[in-house]
Amino acid sequence: MEFLSDIASLINSTLRISTPLVFAAMAGIFAERSGVIDFSLEGKMLMAAFVAAVGSYYLGNPWLGLLLAIIICVCLSMLHGFASVTHKGDQVVSCVAINILIIGLTTALAAAWFGQAGLTPTLNEDQRFLEIHLPFADALRDIPVIGTLYSDILSGHYVFVYLAYLSVPLVFWIVFKTSFGLRLRAVGENPSAVDTAGINVFTMRYKALAINGVLIAFAGAHLSTAVNANFFREMSAGRGYLALAAMIFGKWHPKTALIACLLFGFTDALQIRLQGVELPAIGEIPVQLIQALPYILTVVLLAGFVGKAIAPNAIGQPYIKER
Amino acid sequence: MVSPILELTDINKSFGHVQANKNINLKINKGTIHGIIGENGAGKSTLMSIVFGLYQANSGSIKINGKEINLRSPRDSIINGIGMVHQHFMLVENFTVLENIILGFEGETVFGEKLQKAKEDLEKLCQTYNFNIDLDATISDLSVGFRQRVEILKSLYRGAEILILDEPTGVLTPQEVDELFKILRSLKDEGKTIVLITHKLIEIMDLTSEVSVMRQGEMVGHTKTEDTSKEQLAEMMVGRSVLLRVDKKEIKKGETIFKVNNLSVKDDLDVTRVKDVNLEICSGEILGIAGVTGNGQTELLEALSGIRKVESGSIELFGEKISDQNNFLNPRMLKEKGLAHVPEDRQRMGLISDFKAHENLIFGYHDQEPYSKSAILNNKEITEYSNKVMQEYDVRPNSPNLITSNFSGGNQQKIILSRELNENPKVLLVGQPTRGVDIGAIEFIHQRLIDMRDKGAAILLASVELDEILSLSDRIIVMFDGKIVGEKENKNVTDRELGLLMAGVA
Repeated sequence: MEFLSDIASLINSTLRISTPLVFAAMAGIFAERSGVIDFSLEGKMLMAAFVAAVGSYYLGNPWLGLLLAIIICVCLSMLHGFASVTHKGDQVVSCVAINILIIGLTTALAAAWFGQAGLTPTLNEDQRFLEIHLPFADALRDIPVIGTLYSDILSGHYVFVYLAYLSVPLVFWIVFKTSFGLRLRAVGENPSAVDTAGINVFTMRYKALAINGVLIAFAGAHLSTAVNANFFREMSAGRGYLALAAMIFGKWHPKTALIACLLFGFTDALQIRLQGVELPAIGEIPVQLIQALPYILTVVLLAGFVGKAIAPNAIGQPYIKER
Repeated sequence: MVSPILELTDINKSFGHVQANKNINLKINKGTIHGIIGENGAGKSTLMSIVFGLYQANSGSIKINGKEINLRSPRDSIINGIGMVHQHFMLVENFTVLENIILGFEGETVFGEKLQKAKEDLEKLCQTYNFNIDLDATISDLSVGFRQRVEILKSLYRGAEILILDEPTGVLTPQEVDELFKILRSLKDEGKTIVLITHKLIEIMDLTSEVSVMRQGEMVGHTKTEDTSKEQLAEMMVGRSVLLRVDKKEIKKGETIFKVNNLSVKDDLDVTRVKDVNLEICSGEILGIAGVTGNGQTELLEALSGIRKVESGSIELFGEKISDQNNFLNPRMLKEKGLAHVPEDRQRMGLISDFKAHENLIFGYHDQEPYSKSAILNNKEITEYSNKVMQEYDVRPNSPNLITSNFSGGNQQKIILSRELNENPKVLLVGQPTRGVDIGAIEFIHQRLIDMRDKGAAILLASVELDEILSLSDRIIVMFDGKIVGEKENKNVTDRELGLLMAGVA
């Protein structure tokens, strides 16, 4: 039975750890499907974490913190759009600028407001999101298999975990079943075709970036107001980049991107479990090696297995109408 | 008296310092096929893009059916019944035909009923015009001819009464051109108005009832097609009389100097694009490669010129094996052996557009005397040489210090040609020598190629312009799907015969 509960707790943590990756990957899909590269997922996630933590600390309500984070992230996305869509700047440079700006800004603001560089005060229970226990979770726990599935895997997550997995079918539906989605995909493939169909290319890209901002805010709030009770320096820890890799690995498609996110989440959950565990014949694996596992996996997957991940045709290219 | 369906008055448009359209006046009558002819860069496409709402004119007015309208975006034009088939198709390649056509005119937020209705309407339209298009096919699987039909269908579905076609025949085989013209004539009979933008005189004579001629951004004349001739139109286009036929002496064929055996080549996506190609070229001969764009000509030329790896097979120069899958000579070594290459993508491979003309004129020879000595460029010598050669090749303007991208397409091509021809190569590989080149320069470039042939060079000429292949080549091979599907001596061959081979049907 211990083995089963080990598996259950591994799956449970996989779901939790993958959550910010899923939000970020979905955010990335909107930006990149519209033809705008978004490396700034990392920076925006960090900013969202900071704003959500500060917001709920002052306003006393984590939902208000989230709302604030959404507003700020949409603003950052608009900034990225202003530089790279309106002014046709290099999209990667714009992203890098945003990322660097935010690492510094969050550290500095925390120092100015709370006297500690890159650290915000701990949130109390009213100021943060708590785990949601589904009804009858405790009563059903002893039923074999179903009980474990319901009580130990499905129940007891933060609201963001449920929202993240609900967002995937929603994104799929928007991208592939609506006219907005058709235009979104078209603008990332051939903006001229969209322009000659009488749709404004720039407006489409801004809309996509706005959605991108909303989604990424959830990832950040999850980090600082749910799994943790404060913001700390560089707490996004490369998750934005990891999500971007997952999105590419998933070929800019919500379903496959979800699988990639879960895979990364799983290796991360596994590395936590494996720390200090003695493996037969090998002995204890150095903790640094284990911690590097998700990142090694990223490199290997991107280099080897993705193969023909064909990006949206017009990605990274500013739309220039008159030549 | 027919009233004009479209009337343009005093249209002006500039891009930066370049005035693309100067005081253009144009009347197009309802139910006619109206040709607009002019050389590349004469401003035809710009003018029509203004009519389509893609560009906004700096001044002037546009009237449709006598009513002045303000076109701020293509949407305004589409609503006013204007459709345009662009030279480069405005299609999303990984979308289906249906998705491409409804894009922007979905009529509903979530796909459902309207999508079904659109599909039914489109099927009816397809039947009416005999289009034979599968609405669920993905664009990338369709031939160029079919993609063009999708574009026409798209315009019709959006309610076009005036259909503008920008250089529609550039990428088609002669048979596909016949099909297209049939469609256009039947559209005219339905009462639609067609505007045909082209630089091909023969199309104007074949299809149109009225023609307007543009030169350097200005409208230089309007006439009924029956009242004019090809020669007269050419003169109006260029501003001087032009020789439309190439003068070519009888061939003096020497020995075989360039040979390709069972050559296969892959492209960057690892798809085999050249399949088991064999060919031989003799000294003093021009071998033409005909074929629709994308049938392996590009990869073949790249492999022969040492830019692309040979997958299998070999290439021989003067009986010596120079390349196979294991070793190959790079372009520089090939150059030393007497092989020159005029690449088909002038902007990307032939020139460095941001360099000055004199730099491009010697590039590749810049480390040789007299252009440089002990790794230092001899600018005096280079300038002298550049002045001389630019005069010889009639490059205009004759200013070696001008940035290359500021020259017109024809003059850029002359810069490349002078560089490649001046070393008197034994073998010359030429891709699309007159793409985007004005008539005057075409005449000059053709003459230079013929001169090289008469001097004993072996020339391989790849071109999608069938007229060019027919007027220059001594022998013609046709490529389809990477294979050579036919070889003909250039005697009494018709474009129709070649067209069937190009389409892969014969």
